[in-house]
Amino acid sequence: MTPDPAAIDSWKLIGVVIVALGFALRLPPLLVVLVAAGATGLVAGLDPLAVLEQLGTLFLDSRFTTLPIVLLMPLIGLLERHGLQERAAALISGAARATAGRVLLAYQAMRALTSMFGLAIGGHAQMIRPLVAPMAEGVAQARAKAPLPDALLDRLRAHAAAAENFGNFFADDVVVAVGPVLIMKGVFERAGVDVATHAIGAWGLPTALFALLLGAWRFRRLDQALAVAGGMASPAAEPPR
Amino acid sequence: MIGTRVLAAVWIDAEWLHAVAGLVLLVVAAQIACDRRHPRRAGSATFWGVLGATFFARLVPVEWTLASGSRAVHGVPVAVGIAMVGMVLLVAAKQVRAPGARADEAAARTSRQAEARRLGNRLIGPLVVLALVAAGGVLLLPKIAFGGRALVAANQANTIAVGMAAVIALLFAQFVTRRRDARDVQAAAIAPERFVAVREGGVLLQHLGGALILPQLLATLGGVFDQNGVGDVIAHHVAHGLPVAQPLLAVVAYCVAMPLFTILMGNAFAAFPLITLGIGLPFIVRQHGGDPAIMGAFGMLCGYCGTLVTPMAANFNVVPGILLGIRDRHAVIKAQAPFALACWLFNVAAMAALVYRK
Repeated sequence: MTPDPAAIDSWKLIGVVIVALGFALRLPPLLVVLVAAGATGLVAGLDPLAVLEQLGTLFLDSRFTTLPIVLLMPLIGLLERHGLQERAAALISGAARATAGRVLLAYQAMRALTSMFGLAIGGHAQMIRPLVAPMAEGVAQARAKAPLPDALLDRLRAHAAAAENFGNFFADDVVVAVGPVLIMKGVFERAGVDVATHAIGAWGLPTALFALLLGAWRFRRLDQALAVAGGMASPAAEPPR
Repeated sequence: MIGTRVLAAVWIDAEWLHAVAGLVLLVVAAQIACDRRHPRRAGSATFWGVLGATFFARLVPVEWTLASGSRAVHGVPVAVGIAMVGMVLLVAAKQVRAPGARADEAAARTSRQAEARRLGNRLIGPLVVLALVAAGGVLLLPKIAFGGRALVAANQANTIAVGMAAVIALLFAQFVTRRRDARDVQAAAIAPERFVAVREGGVLLQHLGGALILPQLLATLGGVFDQNGVGDVIAHHVAHGLPVAQPLLAVVAYCVAMPLFTILMGNAFAAFPLITLGIGLPFIVRQHGGDPAIMGAFGMLCGYCGTLVTPMAANFNVVPGILLGIRDRHAVIKAQAPFALACWLFNVAAMAALVYRK
């Protein structure tokens, strides 16, 4: 690909610079992103009304990012009002061998396995907040002899959010080619390179397995921190039964 | 395509679900407007009302244009652009807030515990329905056609499957959580409220506040970058600034550029074509004879490692933290960073070892 040299105008990077500086200086993110988008359009030679038109059109095109959360929140709110989080915590806290880390690893594995087949079962709003995080937290609280500090509970929740991302990202369509594999194939095809989708999918398998090992490592570290704070021996140090 | 639009020749159009979401947002705005104890009543009601209105924008049946210099611009998207500026300013001025804790929080906690005992695992049922309908819908909806029309447009299948699953699961949840007799009502401890789903869901949305539209605004920014050729400029600099003459260095350059670009753009799918056409194909494949399938697979995964550590991927890294009530905005990224680094190293090593193997 050799873009038209006239299109290589480094001023167009002003939006990237604004975003990087804005995030680094911790300015309000919405304002930073809007200013970056507007500045990029102005630098590219659009007049202000055309900038607003471009922003509005793209904002409407991008409603699919907001739509699921808006439609899911009444469902989650209703179930939580009827004790879903309490139920999720009670459901697992009786299991003797359960730990917070093992709950998260099991979720990551389930998420990864289904996404290998192109199934999107999961999500932060629909699984992590109402079910997985309360389960992990319930187990952690039940195993601890002392109440866990808030900072550690925040860390546990951050790991619960991470479990969704680990499971979602690193196993996509190894077996059934949808989504990302087709994006890759499309890019290669337009460049005149013929690549089989099953070849791309198959080379995703090593990382999919390695991501599970990495998840096991991260969640074990979490369990150790929870065990120390909860006043127990680390689960890793338990004698074999 | 712009502003108004003839609905596609399909049985179910995503605009219907956008209208349902818009309705939810308008009800939230109305509930705030009626809540005298709300800490930022006017600003919050305006924000949610305006956001709700934008979900109806593509159903506006009139086309109106404005003269702008030598050419005409479309009125509806310009109005949406103005609405965006308004919403962002309201959030930046801290006029959009969540309601304070409910007055009867202690009673509500007792009620939740009693309801959890009453309903038990029946509470999980609607989430199973949600997952099954969403996953099944993504696979099946695009394949269904009758009466000479497709059921849904292929590029809307994901949105429609998730949206329909949410609506169906909500109806099922209403059924599951219904109070069957006076004893149930008594066990619930606090008086039944009307529209409890939208009220409780609205509180969750209000806790997200402006962060709810951050992913949508970032997607907009990605579109602006795309339409104005920003990616080409970055890819040009990356291709000319990194060492690519030696085969293994070309692999490292490609594997550095993918997450770097992903961190800047917030999206590995946006990075992949630019970096692959800029570095991958010309150098790794054409000049040094590497295997494109191996390069692409590990290269995309290197990009995902960048997704794990960028606040630009707000839907994965910022919104979930707020949903879970974590105070530190960057907690999720901090939890993911060691994983991202180790996974990236693995992918670089794998690509280096495998891509030139014949």
